[in-house]
Amino acid sequence: MSSATQTPFEPTTSTGRITNFVDERVGGSGILREFGRKVFPDHWSFMFGEVALYSFVILLLSGTFLTFFFDPSMAETHYHGSYVPLKGVEMSVAYSSSLNISFEVRGGLFMRQVHHWSALLFVASVSVHMLRVFFTGAFRKPRELNWVVGGVLLILSLAAGFTGYSLPDDLLSGNGLRIIDGVVKSIPIVGTYISFFLFGGEFPGTAIISRLYMLHIMLVPAMILLMVAIHLFMVVVHKHTQYPGPGRNDRNVVGYPLGPVYAAKAGGFFFIVFGIIAMISAFFQINPIWNYGPYDPSPVSAGTQPDWYIGFVDGALRLMPGWLFNIPMEWNIPLPWGTNTLSFNVLGPALIPAGLIFALMFTYPWIERWVTRDNREHHVLDRPRNAPTRTAIGVAGVVLYCVMWAAASSDLIATHFHVSLNDVTYWLRALFFIGPVLGFIVTKRVALALQRKDREIALHGRETGRIVRLPHGEFQEIHAQLDDYKRYKLVGYESPVAEEGIPNENGIVTKKENLRAKLSSFFFEDRVAPATPSELEAGHHHEAIEASDDDNKAVTH
Amino acid sequence: MKALSQKRRHPLAALALLVLGLMLTGGLYAVVTTVNEAKADTTTFTAHQVEEGEKLFVANCATCHGIGANGTDAGPSLAGVGAAAVDFQVGTGRMPMQMQGPQALGKPAQFTTEQTRELSAYVATLGDGPAVPSEEYLDGNGDAAVGGELFRVNCAMCHNAAAAGGALTRGKFAPALAGVSNSHIYEAMVTGPQNMPVFNDANITPEGKRDIITFLNTIEEQGNPGGAKLGSLGPVSEGLFIWTAVLGVIVGFTVWLTSRTS
Repeated sequence: MSSATQTPFEPTTSTGRITNFVDERVGGSGILREFGRKVFPDHWSFMFGEVALYSFVILLLSGTFLTFFFDPSMAETHYHGSYVPLKGVEMSVAYSSSLNISFEVRGGLFMRQVHHWSALLFVASVSVHMLRVFFTGAFRKPRELNWVVGGVLLILSLAAGFTGYSLPDDLLSGNGLRIIDGVVKSIPIVGTYISFFLFGGEFPGTAIISRLYMLHIMLVPAMILLMVAIHLFMVVVHKHTQYPGPGRNDRNVVGYPLGPVYAAKAGGFFFIVFGIIAMISAFFQINPIWNYGPYDPSPVSAGTQPDWYIGFVDGALRLMPGWLFNIPMEWNIPLPWGTNTLSFNVLGPALIPAGLIFALMFTYPWIERWVTRDNREHHVLDRPRNAPTRTAIGVAGVVLYCVMWAAASSDLIATHFHVSLNDVTYWLRALFFIGPVLGFIVTKRVALALQRKDREIALHGRETGRIVRLPHGEFQEIHAQLDDYKRYKLVGYESPVAEEGIPNENGIVTKKENLRAKLSSFFFEDRVAPATPSELEAGHHHEAIEASDDDNKAVTH
Repeated sequence: MKALSQKRRHPLAALALLVLGLMLTGGLYAVVTTVNEAKADTTTFTAHQVEEGEKLFVANCATCHGIGANGTDAGPSLAGVGAAAVDFQVGTGRMPMQMQGPQALGKPAQFTTEQTRELSAYVATLGDGPAVPSEEYLDGNGDAAVGGELFRVNCAMCHNAAAAGGALTRGKFAPALAGVSNSHIYEAMVTGPQNMPVFNDANITPEGKRDIITFLNTIEEQGNPGGAKLGSLGPVSEGLFIWTAVLGVIVGFTVWLTSRTS
């Protein structure tokens, strides 16, 4: 201290010395200062991305444990473990080692269940996160690319799930692989070649499990990690979005700094998620592979379904008729080198709905940007009701997905509700086309109605249920005005107006521009304008008269 | 004895007596009913039983199956279905049928064991058919592993690999097999009730049927090593569980974490 040389900090405790040593070499305090001051807005719906990240970490941890004991070989063996109903049964080494993980390895069954439950939660939380981002308009500039990265993450998580589902080589996973094999083979001309390449010969072959295993434990997780890194980097660059509120705009972020409270909350949340998964893994059985028996291409069990996230493709396959009004959906096409079969009854449902949903999902930010010609940055989110058409489009997509999803469990719907399986299929086929339209109309009307209600409340206040009689005999209900903070939420939003087509420099409205104008009116024709300041002023004035009437009455009493 | 007599005015004495009485009657009832079942397994019927069976048949079954069980528009002829078919259909309550529908539903049996036996005796006289199976195939001491393989190849496509049941076309279904008695499972295989195909002894040998029964008994008794089974319905109930219960709990926690302390 007494010396005047440049020793800015002299730690006194041993912890301080160690910290200082590290800090002088890697500059941790600078990073901490920067990141510790990152501000995150607080809202429950912002935490599903975190749930996804945490379940991915749990997947890595439990998956590593499973690799210690799993053997992805399709060599034949006889089971000699402790599960009696399979004693001596011929099976693959992969299935046998999965059974050993379940019954011989200490804690193995628990870890298998942790891995599988967290996989289901991972994809579910990714989906909910994406729905939140869509319905609040968080995909708008500057976040379009991060939306695409998120979509890629969703596809990768499906890939991770599917490759993992097939590994135990039990009857259920083998049936799932058989369906994939069928879909691949239905691709015209090259399908059979791809199938033979994938399975190393005719299905099921002896190669597929070890190939899927490599994808499942190396390539897919590595790609997910890379995408997660890009995703989080962009979140840091863009900063977090926030819900509309007083003092919040596109140039600020209102919330808590990361350090210390928010970091503690987020860190603690990891353990909450881990705890929930551990609890359900301890108490609820998932994928009881011993029930299904070893894979053998001849038996197919009733109630064979994929895990929930592949369900919509399975459902589409179930909904597709093989014949449509005496027209077969499978054609033999003569080609110069012979006849090729086009199985549209398999190819169509397997690829078209999923392709449509993902294509729309990836391009939607650009579609909306083109229609609105809105090139500004948006950091304040939309309440779903304040973007009625977007919300309605989203709900239509969700309905389409859910119809296919329900179709994947058509047999269970039939047995549990005592209805005919055929009727379930017919209804779902109809709903496949009608459902999204109905969903769109109903949602749009509900959103507009909610906007109208907001406007009404902003202008005239909340109904108190208190009826007063005025001196001249009139009855009136007293409306209580909202405070400014609450009223801001009801009036502080943008409400675009439908645009006419804009002529180009030659004064011509191009066809493309005409289409844009049509879409613009589709989006914004039905519109409830937010209450303007002058309207609010008028509303309050009206309120003031009511209030003074009330006062007069009080005086006369 | 003295200790017992001293306790006879104990406040809980009446309760103990009640429990004792209940256990005694329950135990006796259980013994009597199993004795009855054992009797039903013998394949010979007396002329008296046939006679009584015909009376029961005329009063309860002939409306649909016709006098003499020749069949009508409402129900098939029963010549040649055998005693096993009657024992299954009547014993599981499927006959008399609750209502016309895609298939007869199981319900509490409408006839006593003895009456069922009499009906079986009568129907068995109408033509040769599968007899009520003998006890040696119903003991559940076969090979569960062999039974499991036979079950997966022959039964699982309708009844599900875990015997949880499954849907068939137009409202028909293959029921779940938990809680079905061994003799009823055997009879179902040999007679093919409702929409089930017949698995005769050339298809699956009697020993194979015994193994299947053993497999079903084993998976029913062993419970679920991994915890609550969620209906043994596979990925659908698992997905439903994660989307409702688990995401519900997680949303609860997120709301809690982001709520302001007051």
